[in-house]
Amino acid sequence: MAELGAHELQVSVVSADQEVWSGTASMVVARTVEGEIGILPGHQPLLAILAAGEVRITTEGSRLIANAEDGFLSVDHDTVTVVARNAELA
Amino acid sequence: MGAQLRVYRQRIKSAQTTKKITRAMELISASRIQKALGRVQASTPYARAVTRAVSAVATYSNVDHILTTEREKVERAAIVIFSSDRGLAGAFNSNVLRESEELATLLRSQGKEIVYYLVGRKSIGYFAFRRRESLQNWVGGTDAPEFATAQEIGEVLVAKFIQPAEEGGVQEIHVVYNRFVSMLTQTPEVVRLLPLEVVEGIEEPENKELLPLYEFEPDVAGVLDALLPVYIESRIFNAMLQSAASKHAATQRAMKSASDNADKLITDYTRLANNARQSEITQQISEIVGGADALSGSKR
Repeated sequence: MAELGAHELQVSVVSADQEVWSGTASMVVARTVEGEIGILPGHQPLLAILAAGEVRITTEGSRLIANAEDGFLSVDHDTVTVVARNAELA
Repeated sequence: MGAQLRVYRQRIKSAQTTKKITRAMELISASRIQKALGRVQASTPYARAVTRAVSAVATYSNVDHILTTEREKVERAAIVIFSSDRGLAGAFNSNVLRESEELATLLRSQGKEIVYYLVGRKSIGYFAFRRRESLQNWVGGTDAPEFATAQEIGEVLVAKFIQPAEEGGVQEIHVVYNRFVSMLTQTPEVVRLLPLEVVEGIEEPENKELLPLYEFEPDVAGVLDALLPVYIESRIFNAMLQSAASKHAATQRAMKSASDNADKLITDYTRLANNARQSEITQQISEIVGGADALSGSKR
């Protein structure tokens, strides 16, 4: 397991034709088909299908909102990838 | 001016004009390669993320999905050919078409019926000329592929794959496209798209690590249902982008050799024209000398 004590998430938001955003964050909140899910560092590996809605990424002191439709979210070893055909920063 | 000389001069001029055109096309495609390569690179994070997710499902669960299972009996196979809309690209289109012919022969020898999907005007022209049937065509935008087109192709292919064989569905889908290796090399590539083979670059979990318990939302089947079409789309989009970059590289090379040939023609014809001019002058001098001789001889 890569540093369990790390309190940062490596987040990247990618759409079909480019990487929209990448960086570190302390929390990611997304809406999946089953409801909202919040991800903190140390989350178990997850693969979830996203429902229409926004993904909120909390970085140090600031908040980022991305529109991700029709995509999925994967969490593995504190690496969060938000993948959507059409993703953009709102 | 002698007739021969005039003919040579004309040829030189026409070679020069052609050279201007080919040189311009060479420069244009040279600048487009960079753009096309940039798009290939820009789409890599997406492709990588999708591949990783698919391989995660493949590694951490053992669920069979309709898109990954081999059918017991393959009656029909589909071939998707990615060609270009425009020619003047050397062997670009003929390579991909030849490769697909070989694939078709192979599949037919296995007793499979073949249906075609065509992308790009050149392959459509090839089929129309031979009066062959194709199921669906996509024209336009091969120079700068849109993701929407890849999405549309993906939907059509998946729908056809899911359709039962009795209703004309296919049980195998192959794609043929030009892969961009370098500026100088583009190789035609044949890939079986469906049923999905072992995912490229499956990430083997390191031995010492325990397999993490993956959580799937809503469930494994649901995730696969959503993920696999996306994976196919991204593969198709990648093929289109590769094909576009290869096309520009092939055009650049073809146009470069055309310009070089024009240069050679111009040199050759200039030599010939000089020769013709020189022999014309020689002839005129000998005529004058001969005439003067004759005149001075008659005076005496």
